[in-house]
Amino acid sequence: MASFWSYWIIILTTVTIVGISWILFANRKREQQSTDKTTGHVYDGIEELDNPLPAWWFYMFVITIVWGIGYLIVYPGMGNFAGAIGWTQVGQYDKEVAAAEEKYRDMRDRYLALSVEEIAVDPAVRKMGMRLFANNCAQCHGADAGGAYGFPNLHDDDWIYGGDAATIKATLVNGRQAVMPAWGSIIGDEGIADVTQYVLSLNGRDVDTGKAAAGETVFQTYCVACHGPDGTGNPALGAPNLTNGVWLYGGSAEQIAQTLRSGRNGMMPAFKDTLSEDKIHILTAYVYGLSRQ
Amino acid sequence: MSELNSALEHPTYNYKVVRQFTVMTVVWGIVGMLVGVLIAAQLAWPALNFDLPWLSFGRLRPLHTNAVIFAFGGSALFATSYYVVQRTCQVRLISDKLAAITFWGWQLVILSAAITLPLGITSGKEYAELQWPIDILITVVWVLYAIVFFGTIAKRKADHIYVANWFFGAFIIAVAILHIINSLAMPIALNSFTAYSVYAGTVDAMVQWWYGHNAVGFFLTAGFLGMMYYFVPKQAGRPVYSYRLSIVHFWALVAVYIWAGPHHLHYTALPDWAQSLGMVMSLILLAPSWGGMINGMMTLSGAWHKLRTDPILRFLVVSLSFYGMSTFEGPMMSIKTVNSLSHYTDWTIGHVHSGALGWVAMISIGAMYHLIPILFGRERMYSTSLINAHFWMSTIGTVLYITSMWVNGILQGLMWRAYNQDGTLTYSFVESVAASYPGYVVRVMGGAIFFLGMLLMAYNLYMTSRKDVEPQAAPAVASAA
Repeated sequence: MASFWSYWIIILTTVTIVGISWILFANRKREQQSTDKTTGHVYDGIEELDNPLPAWWFYMFVITIVWGIGYLIVYPGMGNFAGAIGWTQVGQYDKEVAAAEEKYRDMRDRYLALSVEEIAVDPAVRKMGMRLFANNCAQCHGADAGGAYGFPNLHDDDWIYGGDAATIKATLVNGRQAVMPAWGSIIGDEGIADVTQYVLSLNGRDVDTGKAAAGETVFQTYCVACHGPDGTGNPALGAPNLTNGVWLYGGSAEQIAQTLRSGRNGMMPAFKDTLSEDKIHILTAYVYGLSRQ
Repeated sequence: MSELNSALEHPTYNYKVVRQFTVMTVVWGIVGMLVGVLIAAQLAWPALNFDLPWLSFGRLRPLHTNAVIFAFGGSALFATSYYVVQRTCQVRLISDKLAAITFWGWQLVILSAAITLPLGITSGKEYAELQWPIDILITVVWVLYAIVFFGTIAKRKADHIYVANWFFGAFIIAVAILHIINSLAMPIALNSFTAYSVYAGTVDAMVQWWYGHNAVGFFLTAGFLGMMYYFVPKQAGRPVYSYRLSIVHFWALVAVYIWAGPHHLHYTALPDWAQSLGMVMSLILLAPSWGGMINGMMTLSGAWHKLRTDPILRFLVVSLSFYGMSTFEGPMMSIKTVNSLSHYTDWTIGHVHSGALGWVAMISIGAMYHLIPILFGRERMYSTSLINAHFWMSTIGTVLYITSMWVNGILQGLMWRAYNQDGTLTYSFVESVAASYPGYVVRVMGGAIFFLGMLLMAYNLYMTSRKDVEPQAAPAVASAA
């Protein structure tokens, strides 16, 4: 801060504290007896007594002022003056984080040295993972990791990007940006209706076979690149398997048509800047273990 | 207009505007508190927003705060300041026309708020949500209010200016400054409600809480201390305890309150020096705040027996107790160590309501019960026992409200910071929400009891206003329980 503003703050603060101290002492009455004497003013029948300031109140006021001055000497407050002990909130935060790092380092190093597969069966790790999951993941995936509309179920052993330890960790670290393009303007309403019937048929559902056959032709032109010729998907692209009855955005004909027409944009945030390496390691083990219990 | 409370000779006062504001105090109190009970219930049972956008918590919460602070509290302050300034200056308001414009203008502001806030038209600044066209209207009404009030003081027949008027005056000036500076914004178009604040980032946050805390300090404290300084000695029939105490605590209060805002932004991007100054001044504020409580309480020396028979005096005295309690709690919560536990929890909500229900509402209700018979030319309120019932409902409602929020606040603060041996957090956020449920239910009960008391007041007001109904015989000794 520019030194002008620093002095501005120092002067205003000093004037305020000196001012209230002056008005406090200037109105102190030597004799501490209570009185029946009034000031002589009468307002609409209301009179005012000339009682002294209550002593306990006077001293309480003095103590808070003295304490305030002391605080402003010890801590930052008077403009650019950093305070006698050099305290800052960032410094306090860094110190507390460093203390926690120190305290948990051994445990962290022990788990980091082991593989995800090894610690996934450790009850202590599962417990820690569950608490980390509750505070960081449950908002979308649910407290039971059962998922919700638009958010994958994490214990059904169906993986959009792959369920091996390294892939789960990559998903946690860097996040995922899923894109299902909108096909409405390309394949038209009829194309949407036909492909919907075809996708339903892949799951053994009752469909209009004529439409499904027409849909297969469209599918093999436009959808095959990501979802594969048999519709089983491609984890490398995050293209879901369309044949196993697991639906991220609903499996009714209307919902599938909606997905086809307008596309979908799934977003798993990246946690590399939010959670430390050891926490991601433990969370990976927890999620890895969910479908393997 | 019969005049029973003063033996002094006086000109005829403008009681019409006082009566209008008094009636609207009761009306807006009921409306604002009803909305409060609804949103409290929504926190316990979210389905009560009925999936309607304009009944959702985010839109009704500012409607509740604006209605109780500016509609209920504001009308009470207009009524009492207009009444007190005339009575203690021994002159009529300088202009009946301007006074009438302030009444209708203020009602228009409230009506605009009641329409725009549920529609989601908001600046997003807490307690300053109203958008720029309404802000301009508020400014115009407020300037006229200042002209009427200070013009009347300038014309006074008494030599000195009574302490109540110092507080009303400080409240009027400070609120004008706060409102204008915090609301400075650039509209995106003349036909749009939307405007962008001239401040950005941390500066915006600081200006907002400089405003926000002084809305508490000058609107809800200084203004109502003005009310206290007239109605407590008047109702008790005793002289004010200490003139010099009123001098010291008035000047210290107005000088120090204006610094306290940064305590709303502890441990944020606000620079350390500003946080420290806000905390130090908030703690120094304890004594100046208590000065008003002491002066009010000690004014009752020699009149304590009147509490047994006078429920109006009970309202005034209990409001001072809540005032003392919340002005002790406030400085404590401004200490960074305490604040790191209490901030963002329901403790803050409890603290606000110990001031809002216990102090602001109860002193206003007491003052209104003093005023209503005078304004309607009656000897006393229609029913003293209904006032007594209202007193107990207000007290019990307030106690249920603030204790449930204390419990919830400390519970949340402790749950959020609890961690296990392995360094992970013990609870997830949603577990703290689930744990808060019983407190939310108790709060609804407390708020509902307080609200129902206001309905008794409305009935009592209506019966007192009827010329064809005689007041009930006052009980010899009103029951204390």
